[in-house]
Order: sequence, then structure tokens, then C-alpha cells
Amino acid sequence: METFMIIISGILFTIATYLILNKNFLRIVLGLTLFSHATHIMLISINGLKRGSAPLLGEHAESYTDPIPQALILTSIVISFALTALLLVLGYRTYIELGTDNMKKLRGESHE
Amino acid sequence: MSSLHLAILLPFVFVVIIPLLYKYTRAIHTGWIALSVPVALFVYFIQYFSIHEAVEPITVSFPWIPSIGIHFSLYLDSLSLLFALLITGIGSLVVLYSIFYLSKDRERLNFFYAYLMLFMGAMLGSVLSDNLMVLYSFWELTSVSSFLLIAYWYQRKRSRYGAQKAMYITMMGGFSMLLGFIILYVISGTFSIREIIAAGDSLTSHSLFIPAMFFILLGAFTKSAQFPFHIWLPDAMEAPTPISAYLHSATMVKAGVYLVARLTPIFGAQLEWSWTIIIVGIITLTMGSFNALKQYDLKALLAFSTISQLGLIMSLLGVGSLALNKGYAEHSLVFVGALVAGIFHLINHSVFKGSLFMMVGILDHETGTRDIRKLGGIIHLMPISFTLTMIGAFSMAGLPPFSGFISKEMFFISLIELTENTSSWAAIIPVIAWIASIFTFIYCMIIIFKSFTGTYHADRLERKPHEAPFGMLASPAILSLLAIALFFFPGLVVTSILEPTVKGMAPQVFAVHPDWHTHVTAWHGFSLELVMTIAIVIIGTFLYRRIEKWKGPVFELLPKRLNLFTLYDKSLITMEKTATSITKSYMTGSTTHYLSYIFGFLIVIVLATLFGTGAFRLDTSQDSPIEWYELMIGIATVIAAVFILFSTSRLMSIMGVGVVGFTVSLYFVIFRAPDLALTQLVVETISTTLFLLCFYFLPKMKANVESIRFKLSNAIIAIGVGLTLTLMGLSAYGYRLFEPIAEYFTNSYELAGAKNIVNSLLVDFRAFDTMLEIVVLFSAGIGIYTFIKLRYAGRNE
Repeated sequence: METFMIIISGILFTIATYLILNKNFLRIVLGLTLFSHATHIMLISINGLKRGSAPLLGEHAESYTDPIPQALILTSIVISFALTALLLVLGYRTYIELGTDNMKKLRGESHE
Repeated sequence: MSSLHLAILLPFVFVVIIPLLYKYTRAIHTGWIALSVPVALFVYFIQYFSIHEAVEPITVSFPWIPSIGIHFSLYLDSLSLLFALLITGIGSLVVLYSIFYLSKDRERLNFFYAYLMLFMGAMLGSVLSDNLMVLYSFWELTSVSSFLLIAYWYQRKRSRYGAQKAMYITMMGGFSMLLGFIILYVISGTFSIREIIAAGDSLTSHSLFIPAMFFILLGAFTKSAQFPFHIWLPDAMEAPTPISAYLHSATMVKAGVYLVARLTPIFGAQLEWSWTIIIVGIITLTMGSFNALKQYDLKALLAFSTISQLGLIMSLLGVGSLALNKGYAEHSLVFVGALVAGIFHLINHSVFKGSLFMMVGILDHETGTRDIRKLGGIIHLMPISFTLTMIGAFSMAGLPPFSGFISKEMFFISLIELTENTSSWAAIIPVIAWIASIFTFIYCMIIIFKSFTGTYHADRLERKPHEAPFGMLASPAILSLLAIALFFFPGLVVTSILEPTVKGMAPQVFAVHPDWHTHVTAWHGFSLELVMTIAIVIIGTFLYRRIEKWKGPVFELLPKRLNLFTLYDKSLITMEKTATSITKSYMTGSTTHYLSYIFGFLIVIVLATLFGTGAFRLDTSQDSPIEWYELMIGIATVIAAVFILFSTSRLMSIMGVGVVGFTVSLYFVIFRAPDLALTQLVVETISTTLFLLCFYFLPKMKANVESIRFKLSNAIIAIGVGLTLTLMGLSAYGYRLFEPIAEYFTNSYELAGAKNIVNSLLVDFRAFDTMLEIVVLFSAGIGIYTFIKLRYAGRNE
């Protein structure tokens, strides 16, 4: 299961990177979102999966899944969400002000 | 703090005082205030000078950065004293001369004298420092002040060019010298020159000793305008003439000579040292004197003659350093003669070259030109100037009864002895030097006769020439008298300066021969060198009389484009162009390119480390089993992700990313992470909404049906990144260095009263993370608000 999940996250990384290298702003943001999904999957998989029950003491289980990666990912989800939202509004403003969402056109003139 | 320290700091105090006083003392020439400094210092240093006995070395020290062995320590022996007297003595005369040379009303005298005082203090510091780092600091200050003085008339393009060139070349040498000093420190463990000399032969076996030597020599050669670094000196002639006289003939260009003389006890025993200096010196001597013939501007001519004479002094120091070599132990006293000649010529050169520059300044001042094609026939109008110029030029040509004659004879003796006592091929050196002396003779004659005799063309001159004011002539007159005095009474400097200096330069030799005394006289009998001098005069006169016939054809033989000056200009332009094109080639302004570099480095570095250190590992034995529904979700994720790549519209891409997000939350359910699953669901929903909202405002026309174009380079990078991160993840999973610390948190109920371990981690155990995460969310909120609300006020609406 772990190897399988790591490979899936690898595939997500590949697609996310390809999207980030695109010149369309929206696709870059989509790529970044995919990238953070892949990272979360990688983080939780490296530690080993399905070893024990959910980290709730009410379960009275013999062993619990490691709660630390879960706490880290929870933090990460919120931060990447904040980032995505900010980037989207930035893209929106860029389009309103400059009239394009194409990264190639946002390069500016060569003399600058 | 001793009086010697205060003597060095005095000019620096005046750097501050002069501009302050300038405003209130406009009635008098600022030079009179500045004059007090070199005169006071000269009087201070002359007290150490006594004709009949050697100077007792003085050592004073003041801690500066004691923790790394940098002390402001000064060492006054005969060599330092000689330079200190030259700096302050000629400095006084130059300041006196400049009072009459520079106009009080038109020039910014506060800057001029402040820079000059800065230079004087720096130069004094360089020659008196015993600590290598302090010496280096003062050395660079001389470069900086020289830069400021060359560009004194900064409105002129040539001045700025000359200053920049001098700066580049001397700074390059300075840095190289610093490197050499640091290596010396590493070898010897001290920055003190005397302590390094005392360490003696224990240093020479070190493998870095010879590199240190060459680094330091590079510094000395660039400062003293030796071949091929001489190219800055002719361009430095854009400085006001008093500056050319002081910095670029008498003092600063001798800093390199000083350094060579000072470090001779350390490096002199190395054959590499001696022969490098001899060969570079001889090349510089010949090249300088030959090029001087080509010049029409008197200052340029004098610049090349300075280069040539510095080459002469350098080569003499090189020959003299052979005295320290163990292979020539039986001839050591013979070679010591070259050191005496070198130091003696150093004094002579400062005297007559200072005088000659001042005379050229006077000619420029009185006639309005320095071009020898325009000058001529003014001998009757300016007889005193003619006499003084003649004394200087005859001394430089090496004619009696002027001091240059003695040093020129000693130079020939040294080179003949070099031939007799070393390998046979060295026989070529006196011949080359003799030819160079013929050139020297010819250009000296050009200086005198082309400018003063011949026909007088009143129409070519800007002003009607007349004799210069007395105050202007006073300084060169004093120097000319000195040039004559040193011929008739060389004993003035022999016992007080020459002998102790030479003894200090070759202490190893005089440990064996303690009773050595030198004998410098004007007349030394009929000998080979006298014949050589007579031949120079005869051949030189013959060539000078026919100069118009051979000068043109000879210089046409040389390729015009192929010289070091154009090489310097070309290489600067090429460097700039190359740097620009390299920068333009990778700084494209495209984020795709920059991201490619970043990803490329990630791939290369991580993969190299992974396989280079053998860290890669694949271990599937610990894997937990896969259920069929888990497999299905996995395949769904991959299909959704691949679908994004192939979707023709961005709306479909957004849907694809949404599907991936929701499957991720399904994974969290399977992986026993209920809080994660909950958060992921909510966040994914909001994100998708935001995407759609954003999408709604984005351009509709053609863009939203535009598909992703396949680009091979991007695909390769993307696959590389995916592969690298997968391999990294697999390796990390394969290793388990120690047990997780998760066990501790099962106490969360006892410690924090919480049954949900993840939540207690977030708000009890690691609450700082949560707090800052809230700050991030808050900042993003404010950011979004400002993006939407605030408008650029300056826009044309």
C-alpha cells in the first residue's frame, strides 16, 4: 500500500510540475494545488499506513496511527489553501490591470 | 601612541581640517595651509638623519586588532627613512609649486589638498608599517587617493578614463598582494615583517612560499608600472602636473620598489625572485625608453621615461638580490653593489624626475602647450627654465656633472658583473640595457632641444611665453641643486642611507662580512662602463641629429593595432559584452525558464546524492496490504490527474483537480485520519469554488478552449521531478532510523485532557504552529482584501 501511494504521489508530482511549467496562470495555480496534494500523500505514506486505529483515545485500541504527520498535514492544508486563495486573487487582479493571464506576456520588455 | 604614529596621522587630520578652513580662508591660497604639513614632517624626519652614522631602527607599536595579530606597528630604519624623506621633502616642494601652479579662483583647492594630504599620509603609512595588513591598508589608500587625484578635473573624459584604468590595474595588483600577504601569514604565523625575516630559512621549504612570492610581486609590478602593467601610467598624466610630479614619478610608483626592497630579505635567496625582477625590469627599461621616443606630448614622454627608469631600478634590485643566493655566496659582495646602485638611482630619479615634471608644468603654464611640435625657440625667453630642464634631463641621460651619471655607471658595472658571475646567456642583458640607455639619451635630448631651441613660432603658441614666476621655479631649482650636489658629494647619502639600507636588505650577507663599506664617487678611473657611456653619447648624438629620418619608418614597422593599450581597451569591451550576453542568455524573464533551472538542479543534486552515496533503497516487505477499493480510488486519482493534462478547456482542468482533492480526502478516511479528511473536504470545496469564481473573470474568447500544448523539454523536467521525488520517498520509507515518538502522545488525556490526539497536538503540544498558521490565514485574508479593494492611485482613469 505504501509503495503504491508513493508512486501515485510521484505521478501527481509529475503532472503538477508539467502544469507549473505552463504559461497559463490558472494552470500554474492548479499545478501548485496538485503539488500540495502530492506532498500530503507522500508525507502520510512515508510513515507507514494503517498501523493501528485512528488517533482517538475513545477507541481504546491497542495501537494508534502516528498522529504527528496528521497534525503537520492539517497545518499544511490550511497554509496551502491560504496561498491558493491569494494566488487566485492575484491572478484576477493581474488580469483586470494588465489584460492578460499569459505568463509569457507578463515578461515585460527586454530593455527593462 | 608615539610621535611616529602621530606623524603618520597628521596628514589625515589635515584631510578634515583643510575643507573646514577653506570656507573661511578664501583670501589666501589653501596651499599655504597644506604646506605646513609636509614641512613639519620633513623637519621631524630629518632629525633621524645623520651624515656620519647609520640610523638606529625605531620600533613602535599600537594595538589595533590584537586578537588576529594586527597591530599598528611602525618600523623606522634607513629604507623607511629614505622614503619618508622623499615623500615629505618632495611633498613640500610639490605643494609649494602647486601654490603657484593652480589658480586660487578657478580650482576647487579644498578637494585638491585634501586628496593630496590623504595620499601623503597613506604613503607614509605604507613605508613605515611593519605589519603586513596595515601596510596593505595604506597601500590601497594610496591607490584610492591617486584615483581621486587623477580624476581631479572630472569634467574631462580622459581624466575619468585614466583614473579608472589606474584604479583597475593597481587594485588588481593590490588584491593579489593581499593574497600573498595572507599566505605569508599562514606560513609564518605572524604579520610582522621583521618577525617573518627572523624566521628565515624555515619558511622557504613551504610549498606555498613561491606562489606567495609571485602574488606579492604582481602587486609590486602593477604599482610600479612594470611591463605589462605599465599602461596605466601614461593615462594617469591627465592629472594636474604637480600630481604627476609627486605621485607618478617620485613617490607612489616607487611603492612597488619599496616593497621589493623591503621583502628582499625574505625572498631574495630565491632564484625565481631575482630573475623575474631582472627580466621584467630590463624589458620595462627597454620598452619604456623606446616608446618615449614616439611621444609628442612632453608629459607622455616623461611618463614612459618614468616607466623605463623604474624598470632600471627594479632590475638593479633583482641583480642585488642574487647576493642572498647561496649559489653565489663567494660573489655576494659584488652583487651588493647593485643594491647600492638601485637605491642611489631611486634617490636620483625622484630628484630629477620631480624637477622635470615641474619644468614641463611651467612650459605648459607659460606657453599653453606641451606638444614638442609646437614648442621651440623659447630659450631666450625662458633662460632659467632652460637651465633647470637641462640639468634634469642631463642627469636622466646619465651625463656628468649630475648625479644620474654616477648611478648610470654603477648600473653598467652591476650588469657587467652579472654577466661575469652567472650563466653565459646573461651577457645579452648589458647589451640590451646599453641600447636602452641610447634611447634614454635621445629622448633626454628631445626634451631639452625640441622644446627650447630651434625656430620660434609665435602663431603656434596660445600665449606669449615669458619666464615663470620665482615661486614656481623655486622647487625645481632646489631639486636641480640637489642633483648637482649628489654628484660632487655622494657621501651625503652613502653612510647615512645607502650602507645601512643595503645592510638591512641583505642581513644574511653582512653577517659574514660585517666590515663592508661601499664607495660611491663620481670618478672611478678609465673602465669599460665609462667607454659605454662615451659610446652612448656619440651614438645618441648621431641618432638624435638624424631623428626625423629614421623615426617615422622605424615606428611604422611596429603593428599599430597590436599594443597593450588597445588590448586593454578591447578586453574591457569584450568582458562587458560577454558578461551581458551570458546574463541575457539565461535571465530571460520567463518564469518557465527559471522554474526549469530550479527543477533541473533539484533533479541533478538529489539524484546525484541518492545514487552517489548509495542512499537509494526499495523495501516493500513492510507494506500493508491493499484492498480492491483502495486500488480503485488510486486508479481514479491517476485518471483524474492525467485527464487534467489532456483536457482542452480549463473548466475541465478545474474539475480534474477537484476530483483529485476529493479522492485525497477519501485516502485520509482510509488512513485513519478523520480530522484530515474533514478539513480536506471543506478546503477542497472552497478551493474549487474559488477556482470557478476566478475562472469566471478570466478571458473568455479563445483562452478557455486552449489546450495544453505538449512540450518535450517541460515533459522531461516534469518526469524527472516526479521520478526524483518518488525515489526519494521510497528511500525515505525504506529507512527507519529510530522508532517514532508517537507513543508519548498517547498520554494526551493525562497531559492535556484531550482524547483526540491530533487536536491536542495542534492546540496543546505544538500550539505555536497553529498560532502562526492562523497568522498566515489572516495575512492571506488581508492580502486578498487589499488586492481587490486598493487601486493604484496614479492610474489614468
